[in-house]
This record gives sequence, structure tokens and C-alpha cells, in this order.
Amino acid sequence: MSDQAAVSTGQQPEKRRKKDRKGRPSVLRLLLNNQLATAGLVIFSLIVLVAALAPILPLPDPDATAPADRLQPLFSAGHLLGTDALGRDILSRLIWGARVSLAVGISATLIAAFFGSLIGLLAGYAGGRTDTLLMRGIDMVMAFPYILLALAIVAVLGPGLLNALYAIAVVNVPFFARNIRGIALGLSRREFVDAARLSGKSHAQILFGEVLPNVLPVIIITMSTTIGWMILETAGLSFLGLGAQPPQADLGSMLGEGRKILFTAPHVSIVPGLMIFVLVMSINLLGDGVRDILDPRLKSGSLTRPTARTAVERKSVPATDVRGEDAVLDVRGLKTEFEIGSSVYRAVGGVDLKIRKGECLGLVGESGSGKSVSAMSIMGLVPTPPGRIVGGVAMLGDEDLFSASDERIRQLRGGAVSHVFQDPLSTLHPLYTVGDQLIEAIRAHQPLSHASARQRAAELLATVRIPNPEERLNAYPHELSGGMRQRICIAMALANAADVIIADEPTTALDVTVQAQVLSLLAALRRDHDTGILFITHDFGVVSAICDRVAVMYAGKIVETGTTEEILADPKHPYTGKLIDCVPVLGQPERRLDAIEGRPPVVNALPPGCAFAPRCPRAQPDCLQGEIAMRDFGPERGARCLHPLGEEGSADV
Amino acid sequence: MGLYIAKRLLAAIPVLFGLTIIVFVIMALIPGDPATAILGSYATPENVAKLNKDLGLDKPMVQQYFIWLGNLFQGDLGRSYTLNRPVLDEVMERFWATLILAGSALVLCSILGLIAGVISAVRQFSWADKLITFIVLIGISTPSFWLGLLLILAFSVQLKWFPVSGMYAIYGGGGPLDLLHHLFLPAVTLAAVATGVIARLTRTAMLEVLRQDYIRTARAKGLSERRVIYRHAFKAALVAVIPVIGIQAGFVLGGAVYIETVFQWPGIGSMLVKAISTRDLLLVQGGVLVVAAAYVLFNLAADVVQTLIDPRLR
Repeated sequence: MSDQAAVSTGQQPEKRRKKDRKGRPSVLRLLLNNQLATAGLVIFSLIVLVAALAPILPLPDPDATAPADRLQPLFSAGHLLGTDALGRDILSRLIWGARVSLAVGISATLIAAFFGSLIGLLAGYAGGRTDTLLMRGIDMVMAFPYILLALAIVAVLGPGLLNALYAIAVVNVPFFARNIRGIALGLSRREFVDAARLSGKSHAQILFGEVLPNVLPVIIITMSTTIGWMILETAGLSFLGLGAQPPQADLGSMLGEGRKILFTAPHVSIVPGLMIFVLVMSINLLGDGVRDILDPRLKSGSLTRPTARTAVERKSVPATDVRGEDAVLDVRGLKTEFEIGSSVYRAVGGVDLKIRKGECLGLVGESGSGKSVSAMSIMGLVPTPPGRIVGGVAMLGDEDLFSASDERIRQLRGGAVSHVFQDPLSTLHPLYTVGDQLIEAIRAHQPLSHASARQRAAELLATVRIPNPEERLNAYPHELSGGMRQRICIAMALANAADVIIADEPTTALDVTVQAQVLSLLAALRRDHDTGILFITHDFGVVSAICDRVAVMYAGKIVETGTTEEILADPKHPYTGKLIDCVPVLGQPERRLDAIEGRPPVVNALPPGCAFAPRCPRAQPDCLQGEIAMRDFGPERGARCLHPLGEEGSADV
Repeated sequence: MGLYIAKRLLAAIPVLFGLTIIVFVIMALIPGDPATAILGSYATPENVAKLNKDLGLDKPMVQQYFIWLGNLFQGDLGRSYTLNRPVLDEVMERFWATLILAGSALVLCSILGLIAGVISAVRQFSWADKLITFIVLIGISTPSFWLGLLLILAFSVQLKWFPVSGMYAIYGGGGPLDLLHHLFLPAVTLAAVATGVIARLTRTAMLEVLRQDYIRTARAKGLSERRVIYRHAFKAALVAVIPVIGIQAGFVLGGAVYIETVFQWPGIGSMLVKAISTRDLLLVQGGVLVVAAAYVLFNLAADVVQTLIDPRLR
């Protein structure tokens, strides 16, 4: 089991990486990014090439003075960019100067990268005291304003290009040390490093053979983001007269000299400044491109802003006039998919859910079965991008939620339909008191004054049995226990007398005793307020405690429905049977708990037929032959299975 | 809360001590003999020995440090040999000019950076986002000293809207309005790069926050999108941005060296450049120490503000 887990976690990131490189948020943006990075690369290479070829280019001597030709304007004969105060050709000086600036910037980057990475690797790998000592030193250096430290170093070493180079390199060491130390620290706790250690490799071998290759991307990212700075700063020191000394010239010192005649001949200083700008800009463009590719956080569109509501692009719309007699919420044919890059994940593939007044419907399945996505689709809480609703209706009374206006959805959210989420710590805003958050929920829907909303909030806390409600209103979420936080979330869901509460694994993050309390609280509230509940869980133990009816979900489809008693007593779908077998029963310690072997399928390329078949012990060849229809086993009782449990003979082959 | 601030203040003390050590060590590392450096290479050995004794340079390093530190506590940073006046007097006089310049640049870049970053994140991929991203990229890549020259050419020489240099007009100057008039261009120039950095970071922080579970909760409560973004997301993003504003204080204080030189602003930066080229090392030491201490205090302020916003840190 653990072997299998290790293998699969080892493979997964690689697979994901392949997928993401092809596809990110929008093709347009990717193209734009790439174009900018490409432009940066082209310009940078061009500058490097010209600078490198300076000795063989037909350029006048950059240091040859010609007093008669001084301060020639731009585009004058023989001097494309004019001449400076001593009559030297600016174009030639520009190319030679760029050569110096580039050499200095690149050398400084390499020096800083080498020493910074070494310190970072050592600190991260050794950990403990070495780490503390090295990083305190780095912190100390970082307590200085960057440029000031460089100035102090130049002050000590004396002005000069080489000294400026050292100074800039030294002040950049901490950036590398910090970034690399963080990664190295994480890596040296990983299994493959332990394995290398056990196999008898020396520290140096591990550090440079195992850890270094893994921090290389970070080193490259840091280099690509700091080299522009380093060129700027060395130019700055030269500008101040502390870097390159005449007759040697880099771009910064050209600018510094030109400044003295700014008003009479502005081009002498503007041209080298423009060159620095173009050079640094090209490096930054390239650096951004490199970072986008290498930084995992920026991959797979993890940084696209989700819209306020899930996009609805329905291809199929079931009839909305057939009303389920007494349902408060009636979802039919819901299809939700995620478009990530070039692949489409059909997370929900046509789901029907019906909740009556005061009824609790359990939506059960493993993680990845699409149950949360189904539930979040109802009020449009699936993030777009990448999610979108492509089919179905969700009827709240007579209203189709998928065709309602954004403003109408806002009114209904937290009003007629409210939500309770899984992890109460991450779902409450950490920076506001629970009172503020409750009052906000109340006042979003009721025209109450702040004082009376606060009164109401305290009452709500009392309803969910929180002691000293007045006092608790002033607490921040992190000051409360998990169970307490979940009660706050439930209180928030009750704030505006909802008809339906959608509870997405509300007890999963809680420990067992608190779980029981929260469940009985929900059950009592349902009785008292006649609220319908859509209860999402993977745990049949929880289902038996609270749900009237159950819908079992697998790979985006409902595979079995029925009342809780029917399903617990007589599951038809083998998947349901397996899920029920996962529940421990009090007083039966000898009962075998079967984990379901294998994993739920990825929903971008589902095979035809039953998605569970590959994991199903009762699977037959016909299971994979085509869409399997819901088979009726009674009123509101059905299963999507050709060889249901209890129909022996056909199974035992 | 008060306790936390007191703790942070106490924690800043070792950092300040660390600064004094680094500054001292850097100065002690100067190659060659300081006495010879001061007296010139033609000084007699007797004079050099005497000066070494007067300067306390014949004592062990550690002892020298504590003597120096003791003097520092008494406000004695030595005497500038080029200006022939106490270093502390010169440094404090110029420090205010730098503080005014750096402080206003910091306020400017924080406000502009936050606004630009939020617009960019909220209207992600819109023309406004692309424009801001592009301007930010230009801002980050522009050498500030060159930008200063361009602004002088455009707004002082061509348009004559602002004075070319200095802090006050020489004739009939003085007063806050005159100061503002002189301050505008240097402050804008100094703020340019930091604005870009803060805008970029704000954009990323906002985008990250907008994916958090508590934002989904805010939406599930039926709050308006405005409220979700400006009340819920912005506050959380601010917690991530404030430490970076603290770091930008360092870049702004350091960048002041260029800007003060370009605009001939009578601050510590322009003083340092002069002191370095004349090798007036005591003046360099004093200037570096004061600016570094100011940076520590800026960061401390950022810490305190962050704590005010984030109850988890209390």
C-alpha cells in the first residue's frame, strides 16, 4: 500500500507537469507571455552579440578624442549617435560600454549565485545550529538597505569597477542564500535524501548530487530576476563616479559624464540611459518568461482570478416546466466541466438531485467523484476559470438558478440557499471577528441596524449552542476550537432562514465527538426550521446518522439512489457496498474494513460503460460496452448497474 | 497588543547592535593604515604612530569597538576631516532632508502600487491590467537616475513646471509650498521602481487571496462582489504586501543616493557620494549607520502595522 502510494505520488507530478506545459489559463495570455519573453530574448541576444563582436566591428576608437568634433548631434555624418564632450563617438562608446556593463553584471550575478547558493545549500542541508548561524548572518546583512551596503563596501575598497562588482555581488548573496535555503531545507527532509544517506553517500555527494539538481530551477529563477538589478546597480555606482573610472567607461559612467552637460547636449546622457533601460528591460522580460515556466506556483493557471459566479454555457437544457411536486430544490441533468489547458475534465456528467422541505439528502462518494462540484454548481460557486456549467437546470421553487441574473443569485446566496463548508478554519475570514462576519451575513439580506444585527448574531450563536454568545462575537476564528468554528459557520448558514442548506463535508475536519455534536445540531435545526439539507460526505456512518435519502456518486454520475434504510440494508451497486464496508461498526472490532482498491478514474477520458468496472469485483465484459442506464428497484430507488448485488449467479463466474 | 509592540521594539535592539558591528567591521577592514590614509603617504613614521595612538588604533579590535560604541552612545561619531565639523551634526542635518524625500516617496509608491495592483488583479487580462503590467515592467527596468534626468528635461527645462534641483529656492524660498514644489520630481522618480514592485506583488497577493476558501464563503453569504473584493480580499492581501512595503523602504532609502545626486537634494545620499570620493570615512560611517537604523525602524513600523491588521500575529 505504502509502496503504491510512493510510486503514484512520484509519478503524478511528472504527469501533471507535462500536461501544464501545454496548457495554461488562456492561449492568448500564454502567447503574449511567450512573445514578450521571446522579444526579451531576441533583444538581449542582439545586445550580447554586438557587445561581443565589438573588437571586430568597424567602429571608431571609443577613446579617441577629437576636440574639433565635440558634441555632434544625433545622426550627424560619421557619428550616428553624435559625439560627447571630448568628441568621442557615442555609438562606439555605447557598444564598448555595454560590453563592460554586461560583463560586470553577469560576473556579479555568477559570484552572488555561487556564494549565495552555497550558503543556502549548506544552511538548508545542515539545519540546526549551522542553519541558525548562517541565516542570522544573512538577516544581518539584509537589515541594511541594499544600495547603502554596496556604497559602504565601495567606500572601504575605494572607487573602481572591480570593487563595484564585488560590492554588488556581496549585497545580492542574501537573496540567493534565502531562496535556496528554503528549498534545500524542504528537500533534505525528503525520502530520496534519506535513501542516499542510507546508501552510504557522503554529505558532499548528497548535497551536489541529489539536492543541487533539485534547487537548480530556483537558482536560475533567482538569477534571472536579479541580473537586471545587478546591471542597474553597477551602472548606478558608475553613474555616481564610484564604479568605472576614466578612461574606462561603462554605460553608467557614460551617463554620469553626460549629465554634466545635460542642458546643452542631452543626447550624451540620454542615449546610454536608454541603452541601460533596453538592456534591463530585455533581461526582465526574459526573466519573467523563465520564471513563469519554472515556478510551480504560476503553473496551471493557479493565479487566475475566479469570477463571482460559475460560467453557464449550457448545451442541453432540460424542460423547466415539469416540476417535482414537493421539491424545494430540483437539480436535473447537471453537467459541470473544467477546462484545463487542452483537456476537459467532465467532473459532473448529468446529475439529478431532489430535496424536499425538511429533508436531508446525502450525496456520497470518494473524493474526486464530483459530489462537491455538483453541490457548488448549484449556486455558481465553482471557480471560473476553469469551471463551467454546460448542462442541466437547478430549480429553486419555480426559478432556474442557471438562468437567473447575477444580482438574483447574490440575493439567494446566503438567503434561500446557504452553505456550510468543510474546513471551518479556512472558510472563515482570519482577519475579522466572527461577530463581524455574522453581522455581515445578516445585513446582506435583512435591513437591520448594526446593533440589532449584532443582537440577532448573538441569538444565532445561542441557537447553535455556543456558550457566552455575546462574548464570543468578539473572538477571531483562530481563537476558537474546530467544533466551535463549525458551529459559527452553521449559525451563519441559519442567519437568513434558508430553505436549503448545502453542507459540503461539514464534519470531515472535526474529531469524532465534535462530529456527533455537529450532526445532532444539524438534525435538530432541520426539524425546527423545516430546512432541506444537501449533505455531502464520503462516510456512510455519518449518512446513517442524519440523512433521509442517499445518492451515491461515482466519476461524475449518480450510481445509486434510495432511502437511507434501503441502501444501508440492501445496497445494489457494488460501489455502494464497498463504501458501506468502509464504515467501522461499534462493538465489532473484528469486522474487516476494506479500503476500496485502486483510485477513482480521472474524468477527462472516461471509458464507455461503467466507470467503476476496473475496480469492481463483479465486473463483466458487458459492463464496458456502453452507457448504463439507471435501473429501477422501486419508487425513487435505482442503481446504475448491470450486475447488482443480491443478483447472484450472474456475478460468480 | 502593547506588549507585542514592546517585544518587537526589544527585538530591534540586537539588530541595531548587529548594524554597529557590521559598520565597524567594514571600516576596520579598510586596506592599509588609516593614519597613513589621513596624513598622506609623505607623513613621517612618528606622526603616523602618534595619530594611531590618538585614534586608539593601537588597541585590540574588540576594545576599539567598545570604545567606538561608547562614543556612539554619547553622540560622538567623530569629526569629518573634509568638513571639519562633528559627523553627527552634519548627518542629522541632512537626515531630515533624506527622510522627507524617502518618506514621501514611500507613501507615494504604497498608494499608487496598491491601487494599480488591485485594479490589475480585479480586471485581470483586461486592457487596464495589460497597461498596468506594461507600465510596471517599464518602471522596474528604468534606471532611476536616468528617469530623473528625463523628468528634469521634460518638466523643468521644457515645461518649467518644477525647479531643476535643490530643496528650497535660493531667493525668496522656504515654506512648505516651496518644499513641495522642489520635492515633487525627486519623490516621483524615487517612487517609480518601488511602485512597480508593490503593484506586482499586490496583484499576485490579490489573485492568491481571491482563491481562498473564505472568499468563497463571502460569496456564499451573498455579499456584493465589491464588498468581497475591497473588504475581504484586499485586507488579506494587505497582510502580504505590508512587509514588502517595509523592504521597499530600504530600496527607497538606498535609491535616495542616486536621486539626491541627480536633483542635488541636500540629504545623506549626496553627502555619502561626496564623502566616498574624498575618502572621508568617518562621515561615510555615520551616514550609513543612521540610514540603516532608519531602515530598521521603518521595518519595525511595518511589523506593527501588520500586527494591527492581522490578529493571528498578536
